[in-house]
Amino acid sequence: MEALKTSAPALPPGFSLRETRADGSQEYFLNMGPQHPSTHGVLKLVVRLDGETVVEVVPHLGFIHRAIEKMGENETFVQYIHLTDRMDYLSSHINNLGVCMAIEKAMGIGVPERGEYIRVLVSELQRIQSHLLWWGAFGMDLGAVSAFLYGFKEREKITQLFEELCGARLTMNFFRPGGSNADVPEGFIGKVKELLEEMKFSLDEFDTLISKNMIIRERCFGVGRLSRERAANYGCSGPVGRASGVDFDVRRDDPYSIYDRFKFEVPLGSNGDCLDRYLVRIAEMRQSVRILEQVVAAFPEGQYRSKEKASYKVPAGSYFSAVETARGMFGTYFVSDNSFKPYRVKSRSPNFSNLSALNEMAQGGKIADLVAILSTLDLIIPDIDR
Amino acid sequence: MTEIPANNPVGDFLRANLPAPWAAIGNGLIAVAALAGLVTVTAIFLIWLERKVCAHFQARLGPTRVGPFGLLQPIADAIKLLMKENVKPRGVDALAYFLAPLLPITGSFLVLAVIPFGPTLQVVDLQAGVVYVVAVSGLGILGILIGGWGSNNKYSLLGSMRSGAQLFSYELSMVLCMLLIVMGSGTASLREIVLSQQGPFWHWWIIKMPLAGVAAFVLFMVSSTAELNRGPLDLSEAESELTGGFHTEYTGISFSMFFLAEFVNMFASAGLGATLFLGGFLPVQLGYAPVDHALAMLPGVCWFFAKTYSLIFLYMWFRWTFPRLRIDHLLSLEWKFLLPASMANMLLGATLVAFRWIIP
Repeated sequence: MEALKTSAPALPPGFSLRETRADGSQEYFLNMGPQHPSTHGVLKLVVRLDGETVVEVVPHLGFIHRAIEKMGENETFVQYIHLTDRMDYLSSHINNLGVCMAIEKAMGIGVPERGEYIRVLVSELQRIQSHLLWWGAFGMDLGAVSAFLYGFKEREKITQLFEELCGARLTMNFFRPGGSNADVPEGFIGKVKELLEEMKFSLDEFDTLISKNMIIRERCFGVGRLSRERAANYGCSGPVGRASGVDFDVRRDDPYSIYDRFKFEVPLGSNGDCLDRYLVRIAEMRQSVRILEQVVAAFPEGQYRSKEKASYKVPAGSYFSAVETARGMFGTYFVSDNSFKPYRVKSRSPNFSNLSALNEMAQGGKIADLVAILSTLDLIIPDIDR
Repeated sequence: MTEIPANNPVGDFLRANLPAPWAAIGNGLIAVAALAGLVTVTAIFLIWLERKVCAHFQARLGPTRVGPFGLLQPIADAIKLLMKENVKPRGVDALAYFLAPLLPITGSFLVLAVIPFGPTLQVVDLQAGVVYVVAVSGLGILGILIGGWGSNNKYSLLGSMRSGAQLFSYELSMVLCMLLIVMGSGTASLREIVLSQQGPFWHWWIIKMPLAGVAAFVLFMVSSTAELNRGPLDLSEAESELTGGFHTEYTGISFSMFFLAEFVNMFASAGLGATLFLGGFLPVQLGYAPVDHALAMLPGVCWFFAKTYSLIFLYMWFRWTFPRLRIDHLLSLEWKFLLPASMANMLLGATLVAFRWIIP
């Protein structure tokens, strides 16, 4: 017992505590995670605290590292698709799409009209689904537990649509080079139309419950500010970057699939605080609904996939594709040596860059602010560790 | 004003048939047994109610499997908690760690002793009842403080330090609201306070003292929510920040004592609110004789529980609707708004009382 109290292990560099002050107070460390209700996964934050004020946050990664990119070197190109489900599991469709697009670029495969529409349809549903889960978790992190259930109730509708579409609810493995695994089932578009109507109603409901709540505004306004320059330097993308004013959305600035055919706005924030990140995501859900309305209105008949092939012998070279997931820019980089398996795979995950800004944002705030910031960063830990 | 007898027939029976000291001891034992029963049943029922209310707020059903409407669920939970090992983590201060869970429940038990459940159902009617309530409810804070300190866990420590700051501050505005009623009724005895509200419902202190009564009630509800450590002011628990705060390390029976105290405290606090502001055990009277006679048929204890449970529902409503405040917002809410507001309200109340601008 005594040994416990006296033998303090030497601290690694960057972890020094300040000297005991004149009033006898001292800074201390708090381990948040790997099991903590608001890290949403196995993220560990070593927080240096002065009372309740955060001095420094050091994220510790690697608790769920599975070497997905290394595994990709031992799988064929098509087999790699399903591994990306396990990165950002809330954007699995969009990750799949990124991989498929890289393969299509390499092989020069085209996608039929209906296939492109399916891609946009499913991607936007996925984005709403992911933001809904985030919304619920955000409410719970800030203590409004009921919001969690409301968010999940809405998300469940989309998840059920996905289940109907590809049999999976989380790890989809749906897109293929040249289109998708299957056509949309009968009556699917009608169900999406119904969902969109319900979605508009529930988004208004969310505003009443959380967005307009004074406590939420108090807790989020001016908290965890990230300037435009710093956000750009950290490589923050997606809602986190856009809330800080980084006007970048892959869907608009480097249009893939048929995003250039649809009218939508890219919501921007100006303060870069938690409230902006919150509002940007809510606005994004409305924009996704807008895109989806255009998609279902013009949904064409025809083939959903250009040609089917079990594996692709990709010509030597390097190929890159970028998609906009619910969390930002997801890049897939293949190096091929003219074989059936990639020579190297690298993913650019939005969460890793977004997490890197955490320390700067949390400094000087309270522990409760740290939780709010973590929540509005909307991190998916398996996407950081991969 | 009608005279309402204060003595309970059971007590009278014992007093008539036993020598004085034995009658006192017998009555004391009956009171303790009755309170212990009430505490247990209330806690179990409130756990069920909280789960049901929360479920319906969240578009769920809540417990449905154990017993009718899931009524036996809390009993199953209690058995589970009692069977669990009472873990003593390494490095805890054993005395503080094991003593702490007992203090909050003691505090709420003592508060219940002066609450008039019915005209003849009150353990003891202290002349300084309101002061006594304030004094003994402080035991709960002590339990949380030493529990958090003794747990040897930084989350617990943070939680208990938060609750120290929070509970001591909110007690001020709560006491001021209670004193307003003391001022209006001219007595600190809870029974006398109830009796000063006889008549139609506008004789309840919430309405009787124009404006000041409602303001005091609102302030009382807010500050008692903070006192109870319930959401949105449950900063010492703060599940999503501090993983449970002061009771992070507690399991089994120790945890269930904290849990029990939380619910009994809620009952005591709501009971106090009903007593002070809503006429306690007095029946609701609408000022229309035939209806009033019918309403007065219900015994006082039913009215007390009806009013108390309405307030409990309000507490639950707060909890399952609002997000949590941040510690500095919480403290500035108290010191910059609630406390000045209570003081201004007190001044208003004093003026009203002095000039007899009170609904007769």
